[in-house]
Amino acid sequence: MCLAVPGKLVETQSISDSRVGVVQFGGIKRSVFLDFVPEAQVGDYVLVHVGFAISRLDEEEAHRTYKLLEHIGMLETEDPAFAGEPDTAQSLASIRGGNAIP
Amino acid sequence: MRYLDEYRDPKIAQALVGRIQARVTKPWVLMEICGGQTHTLMRYGIDELIPPQVELVHGPGCPVCVTPIEVVDKAVEIASRRDVIFVSYGDMLRVPGTRCDLFRVKAEGGDVRIAYSPMEAVKIAANNPSKKVVFFGIGFETTAPANAMAVWKARELGLKNFSELVSHVLVPPAIRLLLNSPENRVQGFIAPGHVCTVMGYWEYKALVDEFHIPIVVGGFEPVDLLEAILMLVTQLENGQANVENQYGRTVDYNGNHPAQVIMEEVFEVADRKWRGIGPIPMSGLRLRSEFAAYDAEKIFGLEMLEAEESSECIAAQVLQGLKKPVDCAAFACRCTPEHPLGAPMVSNEGACAAYYQYRRHAASLKCIA
Amino acid sequence: MSVLTLNCPVPMVARDHVSLGHGSGGKLSAELMREVFLPAFRNETLERMEDQATVTLGGTRIAMTTDSFVVKPLFFRGGDIGSLAVHGTVNDLAMGGATPLFLSVAFIIEEGLSMETLRRITESLGRAASDCGVQVITGDTKVVDKGSGDGVFINTTGLGVMPEGVYLSAGGARPGDAVILSGFIGDHGIAILAEREGLEFDSPVESDSAPLHTLVAGMLETTHAIRCLRDPTRGGVSSSLNEIAAQSGVGILLEEEAIPVRDEVRGACEMLGLDPLYVANEGKLLAIVDAAAADQLVTAMRNHPLGTQARRIGTVTASDAGWVTMRTPLGTTRIVDMLAGDQLPRIC
Repeated sequence: MCLAVPGKLVETQSISDSRVGVVQFGGIKRSVFLDFVPEAQVGDYVLVHVGFAISRLDEEEAHRTYKLLEHIGMLETEDPAFAGEPDTAQSLASIRGGNAIP
Repeated sequence: MRYLDEYRDPKIAQALVGRIQARVTKPWVLMEICGGQTHTLMRYGIDELIPPQVELVHGPGCPVCVTPIEVVDKAVEIASRRDVIFVSYGDMLRVPGTRCDLFRVKAEGGDVRIAYSPMEAVKIAANNPSKKVVFFGIGFETTAPANAMAVWKARELGLKNFSELVSHVLVPPAIRLLLNSPENRVQGFIAPGHVCTVMGYWEYKALVDEFHIPIVVGGFEPVDLLEAILMLVTQLENGQANVENQYGRTVDYNGNHPAQVIMEEVFEVADRKWRGIGPIPMSGLRLRSEFAAYDAEKIFGLEMLEAEESSECIAAQVLQGLKKPVDCAAFACRCTPEHPLGAPMVSNEGACAAYYQYRRHAASLKCIA
Repeated sequence: MSVLTLNCPVPMVARDHVSLGHGSGGKLSAELMREVFLPAFRNETLERMEDQATVTLGGTRIAMTTDSFVVKPLFFRGGDIGSLAVHGTVNDLAMGGATPLFLSVAFIIEEGLSMETLRRITESLGRAASDCGVQVITGDTKVVDKGSGDGVFINTTGLGVMPEGVYLSAGGARPGDAVILSGFIGDHGIAILAEREGLEFDSPVESDSAPLHTLVAGMLETTHAIRCLRDPTRGGVSSSLNEIAAQSGVGILLEEEAIPVRDEVRGACEMLGLDPLYVANEGKLLAIVDAAAADQLVTAMRNHPLGTQARRIGTVTASDAGWVTMRTPLGTTRIVDMLAGDQLPRIC
């Protein structure tokens, strides 16, 4: 459910009480309601569902966790023997920080 | 496309598969809750990549599938009226009601229009003051803020001809029902990433505490799902039961505050019947009484309409993960997307439709003992 | 538990009304053909069900086709209903290998259509015809009540001559053959949708509407080993390949990574939840050719302006007969099914 697509906020404007923006999804632009992301600024990435941005992407978090994924991907291609590395799975889980409830 | 393509990287996907293989020592039954996640699993053949000891069952996270048959009948009834413009998301158009579906109403001359956003319906209402414009407000928590905002904005604009036929459902009560069922085999859940984008994942922490099963909030791309599966398998192999968040790039513990505020303003929690499952207390949303003027059920006097399900459709068991679509005697014979017996065959995210679309040829179907 | 058997026939469903799905080029269209039209018009030529019909008249092989154009909006980036009518008809003839020569054009016009609009359409149609080297030699006009049409509908009939020794057929694909695609898919459907939905692009997507007969002529000169040609219009690449798989009794295996899609089209499809394999094209073709001639054919196609992005996208197989399957970037395989009706934008 819930087809929501990430895109880059390239323009914002205020129309009456609402903030509306233009979001770019790989070469195509679409007008999006920004009521739920008051903190989003031009240049941010947002997640869009049915014409509304429902979150602002945490790019730092994405970058941090993706680095680890890339590392796993590289290890696999360099030396398949690493495939059985249990510690990496554990550290992957702990880096997620899901256990740390604020 | 950034934040999509990277999460489809085959090298990373294969590497994650390798790690799952290395972790697994016993069989595990996992459930992905969201239909969009089922769609990705089928489309990329992920269930074929992971070790056979890890069984994925598909949960009831398809709001189209679980929309009660009487709500579809109400939609059909309203859409058939001459003075109505009925606006709906594309997903709902082919879902069968008792007699027919919205597509058929359109074929017979009803003004049924597809919208990508509920605000399009508000615009249509503003531009057609002599018609009653009704928007079909279905979905899980992901879509509720937008559907709520449409009603809010319609009221701000002073529109007298706009209303919503609301049939929202909430995920956590459905999970609780599954976990309380004596037939439940699921040992770990992938929670729906976009629902959690709106609601946060604190509700799933409560479920973990109550039932002592691991839950990982997962995204929708192949790498997201494989990572979530790895995290679940790791917990299960270590005897852990915690809530974790794989989809941190958009999900946090508390969720989206402004979105939750508008949901709270416009909707209230209510009992809901889930098609194929039955009534689940406090599992849906309805319009608050202050918004009665925008409630299509009240305006058209359809609150008491009731309906019965097809007897052959086993959607109930499919949606609870007790059976797979291929277990159904009617699958791909009497029940196909062109002529469905139940909603999971019609909805893009329905388990039956996903199996039908991607797996129908015998070669890749797994036999389940 | 039951193992699925594929011998269960799709049931005959009693439908009492024609729906939009019946015109979308997918399963419902096929059903309409099978259950309503074929039984009424039984003859060998029709039953071959190619894009055009070939008959012999006084020793000459004549190809004939008919088509109707109901596109809305009437004018879009890259074309209009007039040029589309010419290209679509020419292409139906070209897919049989025929040289297109003559067209008939019948207009059904909604009362109230502006004369200016009609002139624009007609001029565009005339220009497209002369660019293709075809003549509009006869026609008809009807005007219907306001509210009965979408401004204007155009029906055409095309006549052409089939060269000696050319026998292309959707039933001719053989295991081992290569599947060639002439270029980017999804442009036309997305251009139309963009116009209707008000989508904005950095570099606007244009309809690829174009006549393919000179590309085809060059391809037929390059090799005699082409089994069949199809232009993937309504229903997209998926419909055309499913038809070929069914008529030839073969399987078709595609490579997902080989299929060319423009970034803008991809973006639009991701956003709306559409799959480019089901989106209409009006200036592309699929060719099934003996694998030994595939490279040579692709090179020849790339030398033509309408084939610069031509490439091999798959292989005809003996296994999975009747199915179109696709290898995903993850190395797994899934079905590319024929759609029931139109693809609808989704939120789920």
